[in-house]
Amino acid sequence: MSLALTAGWSNRRRYRVRHALMQSAAILFALVLLIWSLLPIYNMLLMALDKHDDIFSGAIWPPEPTLYSFQIVVTEGFWYLQYFWKQYANSIYVGAATTFFTLLIGSLTSYTVGRLRPPKAWLITNTAMLTYVIPASFLAIPFYRIMSTYGLGNSLWGVVAAYVTFGTPYAIFIFQQYGKSIPMELDESARIDGASPLQIYLRIYLPLMAPALVAVGTYALLLAWNDFLFQFLLLSSEKNMTVPVALAQFFNSDEAPWNYMMATAIVYSIPPVLFYYLFRNKMASGLTMGGVKG
Amino acid sequence: MSGVQQALVAGQTNAGVRWRAWGGGLRGSEYSWAIAFTLPYAAVFLAFVAYPVVFGLWLGHSPELYSQLFDDPLYLNTVVNTILYVGIGVNVRMFLAFLISGFFMRREWWVRALFLAFILPWAMPALPTALSFHWLLNGQWGLFDNLLWFLFGVDGPIWLNSRWTALGSNIVAYIWKFMPFWTVIFLAGRMAIPQDLYEAADVDGATGYRRFAHVTFPLLANLYLICTLLSTIFTVGDFTTVYFVSGGGPAMSTDVLATLGIREAFTVGRPELGVAAVMTALPIVIPIVIFLMRKLSTTEVQL
Repeated sequence: MSLALTAGWSNRRRYRVRHALMQSAAILFALVLLIWSLLPIYNMLLMALDKHDDIFSGAIWPPEPTLYSFQIVVTEGFWYLQYFWKQYANSIYVGAATTFFTLLIGSLTSYTVGRLRPPKAWLITNTAMLTYVIPASFLAIPFYRIMSTYGLGNSLWGVVAAYVTFGTPYAIFIFQQYGKSIPMELDESARIDGASPLQIYLRIYLPLMAPALVAVGTYALLLAWNDFLFQFLLLSSEKNMTVPVALAQFFNSDEAPWNYMMATAIVYSIPPVLFYYLFRNKMASGLTMGGVKG
Repeated sequence: MSGVQQALVAGQTNAGVRWRAWGGGLRGSEYSWAIAFTLPYAAVFLAFVAYPVVFGLWLGHSPELYSQLFDDPLYLNTVVNTILYVGIGVNVRMFLAFLISGFFMRREWWVRALFLAFILPWAMPALPTALSFHWLLNGQWGLFDNLLWFLFGVDGPIWLNSRWTALGSNIVAYIWKFMPFWTVIFLAGRMAIPQDLYEAADVDGATGYRRFAHVTFPLLANLYLICTLLSTIFTVGDFTTVYFVSGGGPAMSTDVLATLGIREAFTVGRPELGVAAVMTALPIVIPIVIFLMRKLSTTEVQL
C-alpha cells in the first residue's frame, strides 16, 4: 500500500516537473518571438527619438530621447519634407480610390458570376485567378510604358489602376466564397416581385455582403498603402509623390538626416497598424473566409 | 428522360427556356445586365493585364537578349541569389510559420497578448521595415552589432558588406516581414480542424507527435503546399526588400531577378533587357501557376 502511494506521488511529481519544464520552454519561446518581432521596430524608434543625425554612437537606447524629429516631420521643417502633408494626402487618395474601385468592380463581377450566373462564368473567375498569381514585378516594366501610352504617367490614377488590377481578383474570390452563404431564394423572390438585377445588387446583395466588403476593403487599402514598387516607378514629381517614394529619395541621398527619415517612416506606418488592430477580426475572417479547409 | 435531359432538349428549341437550364438562369434584359456588370472588370483586365503581358512578351522576344544575359557573369550570380533567396526564404518561413501557428493555439492570456506584437511586422508597410533592417544591420553603428557587443562582447561582422551575409540579411528581413501573414493562415487552418477528430485521436491514445503526424498534418498538408507555392510566386516578385536592405550590394552581388530587371530597365535604360531578365524566371513560375490554378479550382482553399 505504501508502495502504491509513493509511486502515485512520484508520478504526480514527475508530471508537475514536466509541466513546469514545458511551461518555461513556452515562455522562453514567447520571449524569443517577442524580441524577434519588435527589434526592427524598436530600431526605428531608437533612430527617430534621437536629436542628432550622427546618432550612431553605439547606443542601444536613446541617450536623450526627444520628439524633435517628429516635430520636424509634422511641420515640414526640412527641405526633403517640404511637401510631406501633400504627399501624405496623395497616399490617402491612392488608398481610398483603390479601395473604392476594387470593391465596386469586384462586387459587380462576383455578383454577375455568382448570382446572375451567365454561361461560361467560370472563365471570368479563372482569368482573375491568373492575375492573382502573376508576380507583381513582372508587370512593372511594361506597366511603366503602358501608363504613359494611356496618359497616366506620373499620375496618381496610374498607381490606382495598378492596385485595382491586383486587388480585384482577390476581391472576386472572397466575394464569391462569401456570397455562397446568401440564399439564392432572396434574389429569386425579389425577381418575382419585378426587381431588376441592379436593384437586387444594390438592395440585397451589397447590404448582405457588408462583412466581406469590410474585409476586402481593408485588404485593398493596405495593399495600396504598403506597396512601394509601383508608386516608385509611376510617380516622379515631388508634388505628385506619395510618402514611400519620398522616403526612398531620402534614403538614396548621401547625407540625409536619418532621424527625420525614421520619424517619417513611423508616421507613415501608424495608420495601417491602427487599422489592422481595429479591423483585426474582420480581416482575419476575410483571409480565411470560405474556410481554409485544405 | 431525366429533368436535366429534358431541359437540354427543350433548350435547343426554345431560347427562353435555354437560359433557365443554367443555375440561376437569365432572362432577356438580365443578360444585358450581366454584360454591363462584367464590363468594368473586362476593361481592367484587357487594359492592365492582357496588354502589359503581351507588350512585355514582345519587348523580351529577341533571342539575342538572352544570349547577352547568359554571357553576363552578374546575371548568373543573380540567378543563384534568386534561387537561394526564394528557396531558403520561402521554406524557412513556411516551416516556422507552421510551427508558430501551433504555439498560438494555446489559450493563455500572455500568448494572446504576444500575438498582437507578433503581427506587427505584417501590419507595417514594407518600405519602413526594410529601411529599419538596413540600419539595424549597418556594421559600424547598427543596433544589432551594438547589442552583440553589449550583451556578449562579440564584435559582429559588417553584415551588408559581404555577399553571403548581405544575402542572408535580405532573407531574414523577408522572413520577418511575411511570416506573421502565413502564421495567421495556418492558424485559421488549424482552428478549422474539427475538435472531435482530436477527441477521437485521444481515445485511440494518440498524443503529442502522433497526434500531429496523423491528424493535424494530413489535414493541413494541402494548405501547406498551396501556401508554399503562392509564397514562392510572391517572393520571386519581391523587389522592395532586396532594394532597401542590401540595395543589391555590395557591388550588385546580392541582386535578385526582380531588382536586376528593374535596374536594367530604369537605371541602365534598357527595358528589353530588364524584361528578358525577369522572364527567365518564367520556366519556374509557369508550372507553379498552372499547378496552383488547378489546385485552387478543385479544392476549397481560398486565400
